Order: sequence, then structure tokens, then C-alpha cells
Amino acid sequence: MRIRLPRTTSTDHEHGKGDWFEFMLRTSFPFLGVFAALFISAFVLLLLKTNPIVAYGAMLQGAFGSINGLSQSLVKATPLLLVGLGVCIAFKASVINVGGEGQIILGSIAGTWMALTFPDLPKVVLIPACMTAGFLAGAFWGFIPGMLKARFKVNEILSTIMMNSIALQLLNFLLQGPMMDPEGIKAGTFLAQSARLPESAWLARLVPRTMLHSGVYVALAFAVAVYIFLWRTTIGYQIRAVGLNPQASHYSGINVPFNQMLSLTLAGGLSGLAGVIEVMGVHRRILEGLTGGYGFTGIVAALLGSLHPLGVVPASVLFGGLLVGANTMQRAVQIPSALINAILGLIVLFVSGSALWIHQIIKKRKTATMVVSPTKETQA
Amino acid sequence: MAGMIQRIEMKGIVKRFPGVLACDRVDFDLCAGEVHALLGENGAGKSTLMKMLYGMYPIDEGAIFIDGVERRFRSPADALDAGIGMIHQHFMLVPTMTVAQNVALGQKSSKGFVLDLDRVTERICQLSADYGLKVNPHDLVGHLSVGEQQRVEIIKALSHGASVIILDEPTAVLTPQEVDDLFVVLRKMVHEGHGLVFISHKLHEVTALCDRITVLRDGRRMGTRPAAGVQRNELIKMMVGRELKALEHRGYTPGIERLSIRDLRASGDRGVETIAGINLAVQAGEILGIAGVSGNGQLELAECLIGVRKADSGNILLNGADVAGMSLNERISRGMAIIPEERMRDGAVNDFSVLENVFLHDHKDKAFRQGIFLDFKKMAVHAGKLVHDFAVKTPSLETPIKNLSGGNIQKLIMARELSRKPTVLIAAQPTRGVDIGASEYIHQRLLVQRDAGMAILLISEDLDELYELSDRIAVMYEGQIMGIFARQDTDIQTLGLLMAGIKPGDSPKAGSLIAACED
Ligand SMILES: Nc1ncnc2c1ncn2[C@@H]1O[C@H](COP(=O)(O)OP(=O)(O)O)[C@@H](O)[C@H]1O
Ligand SMILES: [Mg+2]
Repeated sequence: MRIRLPRTTSTDHEHGKGDWFEFMLRTSFPFLGVFAALFISAFVLLLLKTNPIVAYGAMLQGAFGSINGLSQSLVKATPLLLVGLGVCIAFKASVINVGGEGQIILGSIAGTWMALTFPDLPKVVLIPACMTAGFLAGAFWGFIPGMLKARFKVNEILSTIMMNSIALQLLNFLLQGPMMDPEGIKAGTFLAQSARLPESAWLARLVPRTMLHSGVYVALAFAVAVYIFLWRTTIGYQIRAVGLNPQASHYSGINVPFNQMLSLTLAGGLSGLAGVIEVMGVHRRILEGLTGGYGFTGIVAALLGSLHPLGVVPASVLFGGLLVGANTMQRAVQIPSALINAILGLIVLFVSGSALWIHQIIKKRKTATMVVSPTKETQA
Repeated sequence: MAGMIQRIEMKGIVKRFPGVLACDRVDFDLCAGEVHALLGENGAGKSTLMKMLYGMYPIDEGAIFIDGVERRFRSPADALDAGIGMIHQHFMLVPTMTVAQNVALGQKSSKGFVLDLDRVTERICQLSADYGLKVNPHDLVGHLSVGEQQRVEIIKALSHGASVIILDEPTAVLTPQEVDDLFVVLRKMVHEGHGLVFISHKLHEVTALCDRITVLRDGRRMGTRPAAGVQRNELIKMMVGRELKALEHRGYTPGIERLSIRDLRASGDRGVETIAGINLAVQAGEILGIAGVSGNGQLELAECLIGVRKADSGNILLNGADVAGMSLNERISRGMAIIPEERMRDGAVNDFSVLENVFLHDHKDKAFRQGIFLDFKKMAVHAGKLVHDFAVKTPSLETPIKNLSGGNIQKLIMARELSRKPTVLIAAQPTRGVDIGASEYIHQRLLVQRDAGMAILLISEDLDELYELSDRIAVMYEGQIMGIFARQDTDIQTLGLLMAGIKPGDSPKAGSLIAACED
């Protein structure tokens, strides 16, 4: 096969423009996806004899219209951001992390265990220790599918989902047995939750009478850290090279499987951190249903943020707001909660669908204007 | 066939693609009984111009006249009906069908909807006898060599009644012998009154075969010359826009043995042995050329040497140490470097910037980092120096490498590999798909490195390139070395035979066709 390369003497500038176009497309399309989903949902609302303007108004009001709503949106944005950052790292290495749920659980278990085992440690020691434990536990949960992929080429989508189920069973077992709250046993309620963390492990609340906690700063710091990691460090460079062209990376002596494993491990660590922060900042104990679907929603936040660590920040705030606002809307206009889930599902579908669509548009543009392969020519 | 076309004229042809003016007011004409060459570098617009004549692309501006009458073809079927056929660089045959079935495809049958294969077979035999096109109508196309498939394509066009045939870079896939055979056929066709358009970017072919030569550059017609007596330099100047410097091949004084390959065996991607016991040695200060038709194990050999493919057995001695079991990184640190054949797949990360592509291997080097942080200042200095030293044309270091031309990408890859000061360089198809200007530059650089004492293994399908650069030439066929020659001791003829797997003394296989047509 002969490879032909595009002639570029005078056409370089066009290609430059193409990249600008590509950039606009990549950043704006996910948001258009959100609007399209809301637009379609509007018709469903109309069918239910609900005024969509009123409904969406309530949604906006609920999410961002009051200190209370805004705080709550940020509370939800925090784990979304951390999970989304992990998804970004993995995706840069062309690895897809669907194991956020399991990693969150592992992180929260490890953090809770740390806090309950060393309750007498001072705050400045205990909080970082809990976070480290959560990060490491989540990282371990990401490392396993990463290792399976590196060693045995096991598809990470399947293995991370399986790891989710295992983590869930583990949590159930712990909450029914070894970690069950002794108070609950004494009182005979037998709730599936752990004992309350010692106060020295609580994250400070930032706004009175709301849940907003200092974990949001941690998440923001990590957004910057992940950005620096991916674009300023040798390891980040390797991860991006592996994701963009594994063949050329291999040819240059970069260890492709190792970097894929590493990216999944780091993704797991960030989800684990999300779990332990959720425990220390919101619930102050570990309980059933703690993940709140953040492990999956975080993927959408990452897509919405164009898989760029700094893009995930506004995207997770927007998505956190959607989650909060949807509740307000439900209460305001009395629509079934199933519909709320449907709308959120539609958003997920449109956002991830738009990612594929962009991919195709860009590919089409490229085959049309740039690389003209001989096979394409003959088919024309 | 209706009457033969006497004259085709294309006047003021314009074709635009998004962002590219592929043809800019091009005039072209062709008479019956001549071969008219379209010469130009990759991307000059040769294929595009001819695809418009063949009805594959609509014309934006301009007109086509056939025997004085303006015609507009909406599809290749229209063009075929008018007597124009085209043979593409990549053939469009059905591999699971026989030659006769392929030729019958799309042809009107005398038995209505029932295929009249006997008549087609008869016609094939007749055409193959008339023009010296050796094919067996009963062979499966999938079993034929590239050269044979090309003959099937020609027969197909002829049996459709084409009186004008366009050949798009027909020699790119052939061995020198096959090229000679093809030329014999083409001359016969011209003699019979056909008009031929011969697209190429190889000067010596064009001057050997054609009557007139039209040169295209950047979509524009630079001029038409009669082939007789035209100066090679003049054609190059028209193609490239400037004159080329002559290569300087200094005396051959090989030094110590840098690379030695002993009884190397390896398998290809499908698990079949593609390197079947190779012994080679390259000395300091020499270029050892590896000739061969692609797919005879050259790619796998390069991969084995650099270490991305595991050898099944054998030794690879790099500066005296056996590196066969070592990792790619170890080999690189011991002085090996490679310019990979598939440069966009193996040599560069498309979406990375020029700067990032320079450091695919060296980002781990302490000189370019501080702890785990990349030291962009030092990286930019280094990359800037490479870009400058190798005259890589790029708007900036931040430009994604995919926006550069093939030649500039190759220059950058070469600069990157040479910057590590390797002792052994494996250059696989270093100028394939690269424009003449950049090729010339790359050739000069290779010779400079050789003179400075580097051992270079040059894998190429381009015999001109091998002759120009190599001190010794080895021919590879089906994973084996058929022979090694000093450059001055061999000629294209011998190499060509060896490339086709024929050792001197073997008689070429030609019996099957006669048997097929006689029964
Ligand atoms: N189908 C196409 N779409 C867009 N651009 C094309 C297409 N075909 C060719 N081009 C562009 O037109 C120019 C001329 O191409 P081509 O005719 O294939 O050149 P040549 O055959 O001389 O190598 C090149 O810049 C090429 O990228
Ligand atoms: Mg062409």
C-alpha cells in the first residue's frame, strides 16, 4: 500500500481553520446536546399539560436561584467533578472507566475505616489520611481492571462494570455486619449504615444551614492538578501519546499497556477520593446508596466538558444543577419522577451521542479535505 | 467497437475541492496513436484531471471535446460508452471470481441476462494474443500477481471497447521486468491506433515510453514538451519549480561492522514465517540497500531490528552485542534508530504538535525535564534547532504535525532520529510519497551521515533511490536474501529478476496461458 499524504504548501491555512472549527464543535456540541434534550422534553411536558417554561423556570430557580439551591448544586458537582477528572485521564489513554460507582464505594469504605480506627488523631492529620486511604482504595479498584487489560487484554468496560457489582456486594456485606453502626444494633433498628465519623474527620461546612463543604476546594484543586499532570509532566505526555497513537508510542519505546493501566488506576483513585469526600462532607458516615449514580453521571459530566479537566468544572456544576433543579421542578409542577429520570436520561443520550456525531463530522471533513487515500479515490 | 477516437481536447478545466484548487484552467489534448504523459508530483492534480475525463468528477469550469464535439460525462459508464477507459492505481477486480468472470462484469451479453462466458473467454484469448497480454481466463483473480491483475484490468477496458485508455501510475506496483512487459503492451496498443494517457512521477519512464509530456504543478499546467530530446533537468524544473542539486557520492571506505544479522527468522502478523533466515552485515560508513517488491518481509525485518517485533530465532548484533532479546529502549540507547515505513502510523502522533512529536522518545531524557515536569523551554530550543537544521517547513512548533506535508513530516522524523546520534540507522522507504524536493534533501542527509561513519540500512522499493545511495544492494524475496551486490557490479535487469524471485538460470514461467487458449 502506498501512503499518500496531503499536499500542504498552500492549504496549510485551511487546515488551521479546520482545527478552529473542530475546537468550536467539540466545545459547543455537548451543550447543544443538553438544549436539544430539554427542547424535546418540553414537548413531553406539553403532552402532560404542563407549561415547559414554568417547569424549566422552576428548574433553573431550584438549581441556581437561591443560596440554598446553589450550595446544593455545588455539593452534587463535587463528586461529579472528581469522577469526571478520572474519566478524562483514562480517556486520554483511550481507556474508558465505567467503574466509578465501585471506586466511589471502595474509597468511602477505606476513608470511613480510617476515621473510625483512628478517631483520636488531630484533624490536620486525620482528614488527609482519610483522603489518602480513599484515593488508594479507589486506585486499587481501578488498578485491577487496568492490570487485566494490560496483561490479558480484558475489555475494561466489562471488567469495570463487574468491579462495580463486587464493590456493591462488599458494601452490603460490611454494612450488614462488621461495619454496622453499634448504636443501631443497640437500639434494635439495624440500619444498614456505619457508625458516625468522629468530628475530627468532618469537612468544614462553608455556608450555614447548607451541606456545602470544603471538599469542593479539593475537587477544584484536583482539576488544576490533573490539567498540569496531563500537559506538563512526562507521565501525562505518555498517557496522551498512548491514547492518540498507540502504534507510534510503542515504536518510540513508550510502554503502552502500562500507561493504560496507570490511567485507569488514577481514574479509580479520583473516584475513590470522590467517595471519601462525600462521606466526610455530606453524610459523615457510610450508608447504602451513597454513590448516588455519580460514577455514571461523572462520565457524562466529562463528556459535557469535552474531556478536558478544566472543561469538566463548569460541566459538573451544570450537571449538579440539573440534578438539583430536576427535583425542584418535580415538586413545582407535579410531574412523575420517572419523567425526571427520562429527561436526565435524554440529556445523557444527547451528550454522548453528540460526542460520536462530532467525531464523524470531523472525520468526514478530514477525508474530504485532507488525506485522500487511494482507496477513497477509487471508490469516489 | 464504433470508430476509434481521433482526438480528445480538454480546455480550461477547473476543479475545486474544499480548500484546494486541484486543477486550475488546465488544457490537455490527446491524439490517436500517441502516449501522452501527465507528469507531476503527488497532489499536482493529475488523477483529478483524468477522473474528470473519465466521468468520475463533474467539471467546475471548462469543456471536453471529443473529435470536435463537446461532451459531458456524468459517470464512468458514460465515458466507457464514448470509448474512454481508465485503469486506477488500485484495481477494482473481484478476487473471488475468475479472470473471465471479472471481464464479463458490466458487459452486455449476447444471451440477454445469461452470461456468455465462452464468448468472453474467446475474446480474452484474442486480446491477449493481439497485444501480448499474458493471462489465463480461468485463473482466480485473487491468485494473480499485481502485474497480472493489471493486465486483466487492461483487457477489461479493451473488451469494453475503449479506444482511449488512461493509466494512473501503472508502474508504481510493478517490478522492473513487469514495467518492461507493460511498455511492450502499451506500444502495441498505440500501434493499433489507441490513444494512451500515462500518469507518472517517474521521469525515466515517461521519457522512455511517451511521445509528449505535459507537466502539472499545484494544479496548473507548466507546459507540454515532445519527449524526444527533452532535458531531464528541464522536466524536473517544471515539476518542482527549481533545479535539484546533484548528489555527491564520496569514496567507499567501510569501517567496523556495526550491525550484523545472523540467521534471523520471524513471523508476520498472520503467524506465517515472513523472514526466513536472513544474514546481513552493515559496516560503519556504508549504506546497505535492501531492494524488493513490498510485502516480501522488508517491513518485518525493520520491525525485528528495532525491536517492535519478536524474532523467532537468530541473532542481531548491534555494535558487537546481541540485542535480539533486548527491549526497544535498550536498542535505542545502544545506538539504533529507525525511520519507520508507515510514518503516520508508527513515526508520529498526528494530533500532537511538531514539538511534542520531537520528544516521543526523548521526553524521558534528563536534559528535557525537571523531575516529572517537562522542561518546555529546553524542549523548544531543541525542537527549534531540529526544525531549522532540517529545513522543516512549519508555521510554528505548536502546529499539529498532521498539517505538515509528507516531506516535512519525514524530515522532522529524520531530524529527531538523527539527533540522538545513532550509530546504526534503519531507513524504511524514507522517501515514499514524499515530494521531489524533500526526497533530494533526505537523500543528501543520508549520504552526509554515511560519510560521517553511520551504518545505514536502506529499505526501498525505488530502484533509482537504491542505486543512487547504496554502496551495496541486497535483494529480498519471500523473506530471504536472494543476493548481495556491490552497486557498480549489478544492473537493474539482474535486480529485477531477483526481485521477482527468479535466480539467473531459471526459465520464466509462461506455459500456462498457451495451454489455456488452445483447448
Ligand atoms: N476527492 C477529493 N476531495 C478533496 N480533495 C481532493 C480530492 N481528490 C483530490 N484532492 C486534492 O486535489 C489535489 C490533487 O490531487 P490528485 O489529483 O490526487 O493529485 P495527483 O494525482 O497528481 O497526485 C490534492 O491536493 C488533493 O488533496
Ligand atoms: Mg494520483
